[in-house]
Amino acid sequence: MVKVTIDNIEVEVEPGTTILNAARKIGGKIVPPAMCYYSKLKGTGGKCRTCLVKVTKGSEKDPRPMPKLVPSCSTAVMDGMVVQNITSPEVLEARKAIVEFLLINHPLDCPVCDQAGECDLQNLSYEHGLSETRYEEERRTFEKIDIGDKIQLHMTRCILCYRCVFVADQLTEKRVHGIMNRGDVAEISTYIKNSVDNEFSGNMIDACPVGALTDKTFRFKSRVWFAKACDAHRNCTHCGGKVTVWMAGNDILRVTGRKDKYGEVEEFICNECRFEKKDLKDWVIEGPRKISRESVISQNHYMNKNKPEKKK
Amino acid sequence: MEKKILLANIETPDFGKFETFRKQGGYAAVEKALKTMSPENVVDEVKKSGLRGRGGAGFPTGLKWSFIDKSTNNPRYLLCNADEGEPGTFKDHYLILKNPHLLIEGMILSSFALGANTAYIFLRGEWFYLMKILDQAIEEAYAKGYLGKNILGTDFSLDLYCHPGGGAYICGEETALIEALEGKRGNPRMKPPFPAIKGLYQNPTCVNNVETIAAVPWIINNGGCEYANVGIGKSTGTKLISACGHINKPGVYEIEMGLPVEEFIYSEKYLGGIKNGKKLKAVIAGGSSVPILPTELILKTAKGEPRLLSYESLADGGFETGTMMGSGGFIVMDETTCMVKSLLNYSRFYHHESCGQCSPCREGTGWMEKILHRIEHGQGNMHDIDLLVDIAKHVEGNTICPLGEAAAWPVRSSILHFRKEFEAHVINKKCTFNNG
Ligand SMILES: Cc1cc2nc3c(=O)[nH]c(=O)nc-3n(C[C@H](O)[C@H](O)[C@H](O)COP(=O)(O)O)c2cc1C
Ligand code: SF4
Ligand code: SF4
Ligand code: FES
Repeated sequence: MVKVTIDNIEVEVEPGTTILNAARKIGGKIVPPAMCYYSKLKGTGGKCRTCLVKVTKGSEKDPRPMPKLVPSCSTAVMDGMVVQNITSPEVLEARKAIVEFLLINHPLDCPVCDQAGECDLQNLSYEHGLSETRYEEERRTFEKIDIGDKIQLHMTRCILCYRCVFVADQLTEKRVHGIMNRGDVAEISTYIKNSVDNEFSGNMIDACPVGALTDKTFRFKSRVWFAKACDAHRNCTHCGGKVTVWMAGNDILRVTGRKDKYGEVEEFICNECRFEKKDLKDWVIEGPRKISRESVISQNHYMNKNKPEKKK
Repeated sequence: MEKKILLANIETPDFGKFETFRKQGGYAAVEKALKTMSPENVVDEVKKSGLRGRGGAGFPTGLKWSFIDKSTNNPRYLLCNADEGEPGTFKDHYLILKNPHLLIEGMILSSFALGANTAYIFLRGEWFYLMKILDQAIEEAYAKGYLGKNILGTDFSLDLYCHPGGGAYICGEETALIEALEGKRGNPRMKPPFPAIKGLYQNPTCVNNVETIAAVPWIINNGGCEYANVGIGKSTGTKLISACGHINKPGVYEIEMGLPVEEFIYSEKYLGGIKNGKKLKAVIAGGSSVPILPTELILKTAKGEPRLLSYESLADGGFETGTMMGSGGFIVMDETTCMVKSLLNYSRFYHHESCGQCSPCREGTGWMEKILHRIEHGQGNMHDIDLLVDIAKHVEGNTICPLGEAAAWPVRSSILHFRKEFEAHVINKKCTFNNG
């Protein structure tokens, strides 16, 4: 085990653990945000640069500080390393800048976006964003396109985090989708008007941190915080069949993978479970999904609320 | 006499042909190394020579070679970076055109030193005619037993391929080059692991610039110490400088490191002075990604010493008053040049060439170009100038590969040294140079 100190809190982790995962082990406010890293997908991270941190001491052996900020999601800890996240003004300044960059070509159309309430970018900009934009130039826009019969791509909202590309690469056969072009004209696309229709493609929707990939069977049915989320399962021949169903009364509006507190699914699910099983009869309901009090989704759900005791 | 190491004899008719090259002493270093030296000896000579990578970063070549992971039995690769995409840099192109066999000889020696049995020259795709030249030279070298199985009867074997790229500047970055060679999108990889541990096909790989590799035969023939005697301080040997812009004699020059910049610009032997008798205004000394310097600072350092063409002297003063050797693309601008317009040009290039993986580079390069476009066309505000500096600072240092810095440095240095010109564009609401 190796020791690392993040924002003055010491933690012991396995060698090879990244700074981000060490911070997640501590938990709370010192965990850097992550837009492109996705622990369930190999090789993700390093691209969005929202998780940059400052290493003020490299290790016990080589105590020199690192010359630049480093991406915590893809930098392994060393024994004796000292890291600053929210205790470094430099990190907070860089993060603010990264949020500004990410929002340049993002429309902030949260009021009409299906991802609202579950969007990592929304949370990130709430915490680190500026209240006003300094960007006066023209922004890029795209027509929405159906990249399969169940998935709609709204490129205008895409932040090019590559998560869906990794999903396609690692979970689906006959990959037909990826990134075209370079720089800020890069876009997610299918290969020559192909459609994404293999059994596990729906996981791209769950992995997308923003509302660029949406579930066509759910679009505009409800705001997520109005839906009742329950964990459910069924016997499935393709996947583990463990899902979260999102209901209005007894109607299932949407089925997703179960997400952890970092917004990453616990297990990938198949398209049949996600898109085709919308009947309550299909599922064994396990009970309400526990949702963090801090999440907007917990709005209107007064589960397990402990009333403060009256002072005598 | 000036020293010629890379461009010696190139005027000999048919120098690009095997026989002519061989007659002038070509491939002697291969015989010497393969028959009388061990790979370690070759690495040692290169270490002694003080040769530093000529691709831009100037990292010591011998040291870089010693990082190659020799603990596995996996194949090792040598990749020659012949992508040369930096605006203003065209020296590798010239070297290959004039002296293809020197590069091949260097490839054999470097591969031998690294224990690589397969090597690639990754050539910029637009230079299809250079590929023909290289392919022909490679074919000749195979036919004469300098490539292939058991070279010159020794137990060293090497296969050498020339591989065209797609013509994207980012494919010159070493890990993007590896990705591209593997047939993928040329996106830079995250480091670590470094190529020396996991490079091409996840095997130990060394990426070196054309000019770096071409210097190796001379070092083996004459010894590392002899090479270290050429040049000045830690800038040993000769350097190819590709010079362009408002000068009388643009072209590729092989200079001995340490040549004064003033002599390089004004002497008849080199650039022959500024065109049409105009005054010098600024120079970008190492390809468009290094900081630009105004006349007073390119000819003399802030301490008043003559500025020399060497790594140390060019960098003297740091970002405030110095610049970098970079790839050796020497871009000269006379008094009629509009600094805003020329910066706009570079910014447009970096915007276009960003691979788009990292958010700051993807979005920041475009933002900078658009602001510069407005300023150049008289639609800028005073606060745009500070905004530009702020954006550049937030791109710089926060990206996966150095393209972020390459895009940020020209912006920061142009405003640092020529702020008045940016302000004049804002105040006059137009470009006052109108130089077309
Ligand atoms: C965006 C970018 C483009 C580059 N283009 C080239 C190039 O065209 N040729 C080159 O030799 N090095 C280029 N480099 C530097 C290479 O990454 C690498 O440092 C070099 O090839 C190593 O060779 P050397 O040690 O012999 O200099 C580039 C780097 C960056 C960041
Ligand atoms: S569509 Fe979503 S998951 Fe895919 S790159 Fe864009 S933001 Fe990331
Ligand atoms: S800095 Fe720019 S070119 Fe380099 S990896 Fe990031 S986006 Fe790509
Ligand atoms: S989460 Fe680390 S760079 Fe994106």
